[in-house]
Amino acid sequence: MMSDDGIRSTYRSYHEWFSEQDNRRLAKKSAQAEALFKRTGITFNVYGQADAEERLIPFDLVPRIVSNSEWTKLAKGIDQRVRAINAFLHDIYNRQEILRAGVLPKKLIAENDAFLPQMIDFSPPGDVYTHIVGTDIVRTGEDDFYVLEDNARTPSGVSYMLENRETMLQMFPELFSKIRVQNVSNYPKNLRRSLEACAPASCDGRPTVAILTPGIYNSAYYEHSFLADQMGVELVEGHDLRIVDGHVAMRTTQGYRTIDVLYRRVDDAYLDPLTFNPNSALGVPGIMDVYRAGNITIANAPGTGVADDKAVYSYIPDIIEFYTGEKAILKNVETYRCSEPDALKYTLSNLSELVVKEVHGSGGYGMLVGPAASKRELSEFAEKLKAHPDNYIAQPTLSLSTVPIFTKKGLAPRHVDLRPFALVSPDGVDITPGGLTRVALKAGSLVVNSSQGGGTKDTWVLED
Amino acid sequence: MFRFLERAENTARLLEAGFRIALTRSTDAESEWRSVIITLAAQQGFEAKYDTYDSTHVINYLLRDADNPSSILSVVNAARDNARLVRTALTSEVWMSVNETWMQLTQILKHQVREVDLPDVLATIRQQAALVRGALNGTMLRTDVYRFCQVGIHIERIDNTARIIDVKYYSLLPATSIVGGRLDNVQWETLLRSVSAHRSFRWAVEDGYTGPAIANFLILDSRLPRSLIFCSKEIVSNLAFIEQAYGERATCHDMADKLLQRFSNREISTIFEEGLHEFISSVLGDTANLGYQIEKDYRFNI
Repeated sequence: MMSDDGIRSTYRSYHEWFSEQDNRRLAKKSAQAEALFKRTGITFNVYGQADAEERLIPFDLVPRIVSNSEWTKLAKGIDQRVRAINAFLHDIYNRQEILRAGVLPKKLIAENDAFLPQMIDFSPPGDVYTHIVGTDIVRTGEDDFYVLEDNARTPSGVSYMLENRETMLQMFPELFSKIRVQNVSNYPKNLRRSLEACAPASCDGRPTVAILTPGIYNSAYYEHSFLADQMGVELVEGHDLRIVDGHVAMRTTQGYRTIDVLYRRVDDAYLDPLTFNPNSALGVPGIMDVYRAGNITIANAPGTGVADDKAVYSYIPDIIEFYTGEKAILKNVETYRCSEPDALKYTLSNLSELVVKEVHGSGGYGMLVGPAASKRELSEFAEKLKAHPDNYIAQPTLSLSTVPIFTKKGLAPRHVDLRPFALVSPDGVDITPGGLTRVALKAGSLVVNSSQGGGTKDTWVLED
Repeated sequence: MFRFLERAENTARLLEAGFRIALTRSTDAESEWRSVIITLAAQQGFEAKYDTYDSTHVINYLLRDADNPSSILSVVNAARDNARLVRTALTSEVWMSVNETWMQLTQILKHQVREVDLPDVLATIRQQAALVRGALNGTMLRTDVYRFCQVGIHIERIDNTARIIDVKYYSLLPATSIVGGRLDNVQWETLLRSVSAHRSFRWAVEDGYTGPAIANFLILDSRLPRSLIFCSKEIVSNLAFIEQAYGERATCHDMADKLLQRFSNREISTIFEEGLHEFISSVLGDTANLGYQIEKDYRFNI
């Protein structure tokens, strides 16, 4: 809520503190934060840029503040969505009631590359498919939250949620005694507990958890090693693993040791060269057989991509209603499926006002932001659209709300999104109060992806 | 990874000792640099690039030449890559100290180091190495991981000290003390300085500068943390911890015991009788084999 001086009530205490600060001191702090990130090694690799092997994501020192009541609503909405998506995945790989009921066109699943036939008639341990979900949310007005994407495969960015907070605590300890912010630091502990709760029924004793990484050249390697370290579990690569007596086991200095829960940060296609991409050196040959025999939990389950595909996304409100009997709490952005002739026609004639995305794309690659595109880009994209309409969806550009960032000239408004992280286990859904706030650092820009020059902020959820 | 950092530190020490000679006795400089390069087993690579053992070349080659896999820059890069790879085995303090070392050294070694700046640069290298060691000792759980780190560090140290002795073994022979007889024998001083023991020697050894006394100090004195016997003891005791923790004895344990036996209850005179050079050569061989055997016994390579 804005008051007369134009300051949202959630930012009031922060603003009081901020107005007492000296800009030069803050600029110094900004540099200090960068040095801290470098020292901790929080870097990411950009694909296809040889000279910039490791880069820092720019960090903005003004936190994004969410009130307790806003958060409560968000968390409820995410909880509902995540449960529905799990129910949907179980259904789609088993009885397919939702297709029989005609809520979803059969074609949408049958022709979906992310749908894995290997998962048919199989229930993963605890019936959990999406152990970790990162829901991308934007805000357009006081009480208007929209979900942009559900990220049900292997959402990344949680290390920034944790490290951004650590950095803020180190740089501005006084702020945290002034403003009561909910804690995020339990995430690694909760993640481990949640993963352990999903261990196969056959596992007795404390389950052994490990993180599977594609290796140090992966763009999110820092996060993989960070999470393993924070959870106190092993970080492994495909070549460390093999099948021993019907179980997946990792190489240790004392021989092979069975893994019960594998939190994999390797895509489906590379997971098992015997089942999927035969050229993959990142996966474990035979892991899918162990999985189907019920001897290991893979988090997230293979084939969850079918739920965060952008065409399926447009049906999520229907999916929620079908499985929970409730209306969706969080809104979906209106989506034109270009596979439908009317929608394609509409998209083509309104291209300069729409955002067009590839159905299976991610990371902000291959998308068109109509209002920011040149005439030539628009006409080139129109050709692509006409050639493969099934490949695209279009959405109106939302008039996103802004939050302040710190610039050389003081505070300035920028567009942001928010990715809270939800953990799913048979014990329930656990959502950490906070998340990754990504910010478009260029004035007016709507693209927040780190691969496209976006930055991050700490996200504060206030106590009551 | 710790072997890499240990190597960087050893190289820095040798550079420091060499630099001192080059400054104070310019006539001996070339042969001194040559022996530094030989000690670091870098002769072939160096001579492929340069014709003379000129200070500028040697310093640059050892500090920052990317063609030299043992240059401090190469080794620090390798150590940091390695640390990233085994990130979860390290505490965040150890990781950050390694990362910071890498950041600092890649920065100061970006351009050729001028001779006037060399002492500062070498001091930074040693300081960073101390920082990593401090983080290791102060924060790591005393599990097998820590023990393997210690084993690696001490294998690297034996290798280093043994090489230093080997390159100058002739100056240590009893004969030299009669022929040369100079108390300020340059060779001896560099030798001690290269293992940071020139001051310790004066405190620990009473019978003064003679070749055999120095050889005895570097090989058989278990008070000196870079002597061959001290390092072998460390390897044996750390491996014993692993043996106990795993409840299993492997081939490498016997090899380590044998290595230590070479130094236990030995008189330096019997080593001279055996031939110092032959003795050191076989120690170098045994140490390398021990390293391979540990990798094999504990599956460090696939």
